[in-house]
Amino acid sequence: MALNVQPAVQARAQDGKPIINDFTIVAATKNGTGSQTSNNVLVMSLFRMGIPVNGKNLFPSNIKGLPTWYSIRASKDGYVARPAHNDIAVVMNPETADEDIQKLPSGGVCIIPQGSTAARRDDVIFYDIPVDALVKESGVNADLRERVANMVYVGAVAYLFEIPLDVIWQVLLDNFSGKEKPAKINYDMVTRAYEWTKANITKQDPFKYEPIPGGNAGKIVITGNEAGGLGALFGGVQVVAWYPITPSTSLIDAMFENQGIRKDPETGKNTIAIMQAEDEIAAIGAIIGAGWAGARSMTSTSGPGISLMGEFAGLAYFAEIPCVVWDVTRIGPSTGLPTRTGQGDLIQLYTLSHGDTHHIVLIPSSVKEAFEFGWRAQDIAELYQTIVFVMSDLDLGMNNWMSDPFDYPDQPLNRGKTLDLESLTAFLAEKGEWYRYKDYDGDGIPYRTIPGIDHPKAAYFTRGTGHTERATYSERSEDWVANLSRIKRKINNARTELPQPVVMGDGQARVGILSYGTNDPAIIEARDYLAAQGIPTDYMRIRALPLSPDVQQFIDSHERVYLLENNFDAQMAHIIRGETDKDTRHMKALALGDSMPMTAKWIVDQITESEGK
Amino acid sequence: MPPVAKTNALGLSREEYKGVKSTLCPGCGHDSISNQIISAMYDLGINQHNLIKLSGIGCSSKTPAYFLGRAHSFNSVHGRMPSVATGATLANRNLFAIGVSGDGDTGSIGMGQFKHLVRRNVPMVYIIENNGVYGLTKGQFSATSDAGQVLKYYGKNELPAIDLCLEAIVGGATFVARSFSGDAKQAQTLIKAAMSHRGTAVVDIISPCVTFNNNPGSNKSYDYGKENEIPIHEITYYERGAVPDREEITIEGDYDVITVELHDGSHVRMKKAGRDHDPRSRAQAITLLEKAQIEQEFITGLIYYEEPRPTLADTLNITDVPLVHLPDDKLRPSKDALLTLMESYK
Ligand SMILES: Cc1ncc(C[n+]2csc(CCOP(=O)(O)OP(=O)(O)O)c2C)c(N)n1
Ligand code: SF4
Ligand SMILES: [Mg+2]
Repeated sequence: MALNVQPAVQARAQDGKPIINDFTIVAATKNGTGSQTSNNVLVMSLFRMGIPVNGKNLFPSNIKGLPTWYSIRASKDGYVARPAHNDIAVVMNPETADEDIQKLPSGGVCIIPQGSTAARRDDVIFYDIPVDALVKESGVNADLRERVANMVYVGAVAYLFEIPLDVIWQVLLDNFSGKEKPAKINYDMVTRAYEWTKANITKQDPFKYEPIPGGNAGKIVITGNEAGGLGALFGGVQVVAWYPITPSTSLIDAMFENQGIRKDPETGKNTIAIMQAEDEIAAIGAIIGAGWAGARSMTSTSGPGISLMGEFAGLAYFAEIPCVVWDVTRIGPSTGLPTRTGQGDLIQLYTLSHGDTHHIVLIPSSVKEAFEFGWRAQDIAELYQTIVFVMSDLDLGMNNWMSDPFDYPDQPLNRGKTLDLESLTAFLAEKGEWYRYKDYDGDGIPYRTIPGIDHPKAAYFTRGTGHTERATYSERSEDWVANLSRIKRKINNARTELPQPVVMGDGQARVGILSYGTNDPAIIEARDYLAAQGIPTDYMRIRALPLSPDVQQFIDSHERVYLLENNFDAQMAHIIRGETDKDTRHMKALALGDSMPMTAKWIVDQITESEGK
Repeated sequence: MPPVAKTNALGLSREEYKGVKSTLCPGCGHDSISNQIISAMYDLGINQHNLIKLSGIGCSSKTPAYFLGRAHSFNSVHGRMPSVATGATLANRNLFAIGVSGDGDTGSIGMGQFKHLVRRNVPMVYIIENNGVYGLTKGQFSATSDAGQVLKYYGKNELPAIDLCLEAIVGGATFVARSFSGDAKQAQTLIKAAMSHRGTAVVDIISPCVTFNNNPGSNKSYDYGKENEIPIHEITYYERGAVPDREEITIEGDYDVITVELHDGSHVRMKKAGRDHDPRSRAQAITLLEKAQIEQEFITGLIYYEEPRPTLADTLNITDVPLVHLPDDKLRPSKDALLTLMESYK
């Protein structure tokens, strides 16, 4: 039996009790009409009321006109995953009105402009708001009307579900960086709609927001892309080259916006170069050049850009050049579904290029981790002298997430085995030699110099062609194998040093859930439902490739393991099975790949069915 | 007494500017260019530790191994060396960069990156060892092969040639020269001048491939070059401080002698030879190249020179101190900066 994760409203509002801080509103609008401000105002207002909240933007690949949905989930239990359905729909877009109404659960609420011809339902509560009339009455300029029309639903929602107006005013002010004039124009519309709703609508639904004193104290709201960009700035990145692509662009935008924190106070000049390249091949070429010359470097892209970067990625691996590539994933080729999410780049990242490559991939699941991996990736790249990928996704990158504030890096910049004049001189004095690709410490990581060191022995020749440990040209297969083996050893050693998997549960459950990245919030929620249904679970979240040995141990120590992924072909399952000779038949891959963030309902349905409950 | 080796201003012998032994075909034009680079750098007294060598893929792109063995070098991927150079020179703006490429590397797979390199004015000397053929992949036509040219395995080329100097000028390059690997003196002089330029200096050197494109019908063969090279001027390079005889600087409009002061205070003096040409005129440079292409003339010399635009590092307003030399505390913002940021997201 599949669990009904979100039953109809009547079932949830038993005995006529209100449903407080535990429902989802979706605003259906047209792209480019300025509804983003309205949605942000709602999210931030709930946030400031202390209510756990998550906003998700389901937007089209279009600048203006196509339908877009923004769902705002308040959850007293703190669940932030995409809900399987919405309780309340604000239907501002006539083109999708019928569909939006159809999708509501029985007992749901529809806020709709007066005069809409959309088909009604008997089991849904309709509140008809005179949007056009209210906008007209307000007397705002014609060019602003479309935008402020979206403030009408903010006012209606505020009255109906009890968001205090003073909270909205403060959020509007902050939204317009303290500028009273634009804030006022919007606020005026909000209050008009609020007052009209109060005077004319009789509330019939059970939903309401209630402030939670002390809730969300100290918390922030931020997108994963902003978090990643800030992380990189705090990671001391010096050269950034990039090419625009949704959904990664706002990561670089965040770096531009905050470039001020990377201005040299003495000269006012930038301590970071951010260059828009002519394509992704040039972007990765530039960061490899920068990494080779001793700078911390990064780029940010998405699947199509990663495909283009293939050859250079292999060179960085083979020639051992530090650099960091963010992949904020979307799905499909060329345009594909550029505004939808997925985890389909995993294998591509792990093995990108000519073959015989295994790259380090970090996989954040939260904004906090996006920030942390933002700076830590720079250390890891220098430590292992290799290309490091960070696989985020559209859901994390472009949506607003609540979080504890980010922790300042707990360790200084780690340059790894990079020799400067002084340390090279000491090295030569001690060992009597220095060869670029020689494994002096037995950990597979050689010592490197960077250009500009005034020492006759500092230079070496970097190439993609076969080379000896002395960095001289070689076509001998012995040299080739020795070199590849050392690199492999180096990358394998990282298995226990990279961010290790995070485990939830007491380790006693018979069922294990294995996953990675942004499936996390849906899994956290699903585990509670599963436990309530008598299926307790342990949960391991993988945070990096190559895999930690703990992953195999987790698989071994559970009777049944469900590997949850948001791609079509269960890519992590391929990786795990490809790297073990142990029996993993008790591990079942549950791969989604439907272009949307995973829901708890999907997970619960899959696992209960499989468990035969 | 054994003969004392001659040394340059740094007290180094020419030997110390060499690299490992070349593995190119004996007689390959690319090897003479390596020699000219060695001589130019020796003469200039370049500190090799302040120099980086970059290349793409091809016989030409192998050559950085054969000169300046004390400089860091990066033999990168086919056609994409410009981006690597862009990143490296942003990381450390104090480095001299010499890029070596081929006509295939630059004119086909790398055309996009080449044009964007000059557009951004990345400070480097960009040498194209142009043999009108793909040497390393055994003799296919390249984009600079002339229309009508016949090659052993591939027959007749039906397509027009791309002139890489023209592409450079149109793309925004501020220093564009052409030379011939058989004209050692001129090639060396142009390389020295290019080293003194601030910005991308493109030097397209016709460099015969003795194995695949040195046959009589070829206009990139040694014999063809020797017989047909038309140096547009006689060019001399004067190091900083060694100002050429002022008397000889003639009046604007009379192009007998033109002297240009380069960014580092050195000068080049061009005495009219094969053509009336003022390299400071973009229109003249474009016309000269187009005419030469139509009339199949092998002109060489400093074709175009312009007061350099800001380099990429200036455009991006990065610190004068190379980014790689900044101390860590300038790279990682303070705890307070993070706290302030966090407040703004509340
Ligand atoms: C991505 C890629 N494609 C193709 C090749 C094969 N390849 C190597 S060199 C070369 C042509 C080089 O021609 P050119 O730049 O003119 O150099 P030359 O050998 O003539 O000096 C090609 C196609 C390669 N190395 N990489
Ligand atoms: S094939 Fe041609 S270009 Fe290559 S080394 Fe031989 S002569 Fe030179
Ligand atoms: Mg060639």
